[in-house]
Amino acid sequence: MERFDVAVIGGGPAGMAAALAAREKGATVALLERDDRLGGILNQCIHNGFGLHYFGEELTGPEYAKRFRDKVLADAGITVFLEAMVLSLTEDRVVTALSPTKGLVEIEAGAVVLAMGCRERSAGAIALAGTRPAGIYTAGMAQRLCNVEGYLVGKEVVILGSGDIGLIMARRMTSEGAKVKLVAEIMPFSSGLKRNIVQCLNDYDIPLRYSTTVTRVTGKNRLTGVYVAPVGEGLRPDLSREEYIPCDTLLLSVGLIPENDLLTGSRVEMSRVTSGAVVDEYRQTSVPGIFSAGNVLHVHDLVDNVSEEARIAGAAAADYAQGALSAGETLSVTAADGVRYALPQRVHAGEGTVRLYFRVDKVYRGRTVVVTSGGEVIKRKKTLVMAPGEMQYIEVDRALFKGDVSVRTEE
Amino acid sequence: MEKYDVIVIGGGVVGTAVLRSLSAYKAKVLLLEKSSDVASGASRANSGIVHAGYDAEPGTKKAYFNVKGAATFPSLTRELHVPYKMTGSLVAAREGGLPALEELKRRADLNGVKAEILPAEKVRALEPNISREILYALYAPEAGVVSPYKLTIAQADHAVVNGAEIRLEEKVVALSKRGDEFFVRTDRGEYAASYVVNAAGAGAAEVNGLIGEEAPVETHAVGDYYILDSTAAGIVNTVVFPLPDEKGKGILVAPTADGNVILGPTSRKVPHDEAERCEVTPEGLALVREGVLRLIPSVDLRKVIRVYAGTRTAVGGDFIIEESTRFPRYFMLLGICSPGLTSAPAIGEYVAGEAAASLGLEKKQSMLPLPHKFRLSEASAEEIRGKVLSDPSFGRIVCRCEKVTEGEILAAIRSPLPARTVDAVKRRVRAGMGRCQGGFCRPRVMEILSRELGVPLSEIRLGDAGSEIAPYEVKQNYGKI
Repeated sequence: MERFDVAVIGGGPAGMAAALAAREKGATVALLERDDRLGGILNQCIHNGFGLHYFGEELTGPEYAKRFRDKVLADAGITVFLEAMVLSLTEDRVVTALSPTKGLVEIEAGAVVLAMGCRERSAGAIALAGTRPAGIYTAGMAQRLCNVEGYLVGKEVVILGSGDIGLIMARRMTSEGAKVKLVAEIMPFSSGLKRNIVQCLNDYDIPLRYSTTVTRVTGKNRLTGVYVAPVGEGLRPDLSREEYIPCDTLLLSVGLIPENDLLTGSRVEMSRVTSGAVVDEYRQTSVPGIFSAGNVLHVHDLVDNVSEEARIAGAAAADYAQGALSAGETLSVTAADGVRYALPQRVHAGEGTVRLYFRVDKVYRGRTVVVTSGGEVIKRKKTLVMAPGEMQYIEVDRALFKGDVSVRTEE
Repeated sequence: MEKYDVIVIGGGVVGTAVLRSLSAYKAKVLLLEKSSDVASGASRANSGIVHAGYDAEPGTKKAYFNVKGAATFPSLTRELHVPYKMTGSLVAAREGGLPALEELKRRADLNGVKAEILPAEKVRALEPNISREILYALYAPEAGVVSPYKLTIAQADHAVVNGAEIRLEEKVVALSKRGDEFFVRTDRGEYAASYVVNAAGAGAAEVNGLIGEEAPVETHAVGDYYILDSTAAGIVNTVVFPLPDEKGKGILVAPTADGNVILGPTSRKVPHDEAERCEVTPEGLALVREGVLRLIPSVDLRKVIRVYAGTRTAVGGDFIIEESTRFPRYFMLLGICSPGLTSAPAIGEYVAGEAAASLGLEKKQSMLPLPHKFRLSEASAEEIRGKVLSDPSFGRIVCRCEKVTEGEILAAIRSPLPARTVDAVKRRVRAGMGRCQGGFCRPRVMEILSRELGVPLSEIRLGDAGSEIAPYEVKQNYGKI
């Protein structure tokens, strides 16, 4: 059994930022990564647009990852385990991992930061009707095949869902000579970033149809086409207006799910809305000493926010391991009136400010965000536009907390 | 032209069962399969139920082979290392359903199958999540669940270990008999045989047509299924059926042998070509949801990880298991629909016995066993430590959801019947069968296949010819980042 102050599970942007933040507090850190290199999904995101907030400059995914990786690898206080898949985590923070070089590794940690990221929703999860040919991929799988392996999955493409990876892949496949015939989005709005719709679709004249879904796929061995139809009430497709689009590729960009399989059967309280853990402002879960950050906690749209959040979790995990994280009563943070969720879901009263991150449930223009505590309004902020695809935050003074907190919008 | 004692046409669970039983004899035997892997038709996508045998009408071949087959499963699956659980089954009835259960109970008694009618409270003791409207159920304790494709693959592997040959991607296009000899022509070659077994499943009538034997009228049906994530396991403990109707045994809820939950199937009559396409329909899925909610109202459909359709072929009411009178030593297996999976091992034994008697084949003293393969998900900590020490590839997890290592994938590719496609790997080791459905591991499985088979990644297929997954190189190959 090896012993570290902090064990960080996952070596993507969240894990690396958490590990570095824990080191700044003097903690010894084990960083466990299942792939053969650090960086996570950033390694396959060769487009730019990363780091505008965090570094104030525009980087590609691999460049953004490298900034952290170089620091991590240069720090003797961080022990990096590569190709190490964590198989189990106990409540008293014993982490068991498997790696080809070390076999079964057991680590006893003073605190644990969960940073496993997320996975894409699959064709099975959306119960796609029709045949089961080759030619159907999650957008991220096609991205990996294209950017890491060097192979293109097809030439005539329909994309279901307007998540960011799908939008990025629309541009990427176009640049490789493929024809993207349509992006169909079942909702009346996109879950992707506005800038991606402009730069990846509009700039390439790729049509995006809202309130439209794929109803069926055809083709025995290889996809030969898809049927699309507009959806009406309850998102039910109007089959009388079904249209056939011949294509050899269907990319799915229909949502991301925090990869919390490790917590199955644990006592960590989970949110049904985010599919991540319920945390306080330190990103500590309901099980003391277990922290969560990045896409495993809730799906982010910007990696910059992931890094920010993971720094909070990493620093707090180091404090916890060193007995310096003050516990105390928490207040609950809930969402209402147009706010789908707010995070953290619990806060401590005290000094300084805390940022409450939240997502809205549809596109809002000219709404005011209102934070109440103990029934009294403690903050108001007028906004121009808020979209579900773009995470919002509001900063509040902790001294104003008098009771449970609510984040909502009003006209 | 290569000459065989016996050629089996069709690599489903029945064909491979025949082949495996034949490999117990001193004989040169060959199986021809048109797809890129065995278990590519009805054996690939069915409910995976080992039926106890109360349903089949007494005196039929279905009843005989079902009961005989079911009895072999505990030892057969142990010998072949195939996931199997004797879960028991319930046929759940609502108000007014008692007479139908009594009829099933009568059949059970005549077929020699253990079964009893339970009152509501005993049903609930077995299945706490069952609908409050269920008032009785027929309980058959010896029913079970098995992985149908893993059984098929293991039978094929075991046959190959014992000297049988299997040729994949060879479709029989001509079949004739001259004198005592059969000539089997495929799209790739021609073979001679003294005995031919037609186990071509949905294509069996077509094969009959090739030789000039009567081709009975087949009916094809397609059924939709849902698979739920392993975290849904426990919602049912047994196989829960509704009362059977004219369409079949109805929409069931069952644990799978691999630890998921299966819901389905529907039964939609279709023409032959549509059966081959095996399309999932939204209407079918709606019927499954409806049927399932009537049995287990609390089932969580957010845990769906896969939907698919399976096909089955029937010929009249009973199995056709007989030697041709017009063409002696041409043995026909037609309409092996439910309970075909359960019956397969017994059918295999029977047909091999018939062929052996006809040809005067001698039985081998013993069969070589099918070696057990390491499975990380089933291994103890000590076994894992030892295995990884001797071969690090067993410490490299490729499929995160199902915890499948590179070593297991390599072993599948180097199996007696080698996996050549992504789907073939998936069916052998479950890489890509978990909740992300290959989102992460598929490119890695492709890499491993590409490396092992010595072909570029662009040639790696999902399944049959034409199913290449990433067929084009990017214009500018940036190489590994």
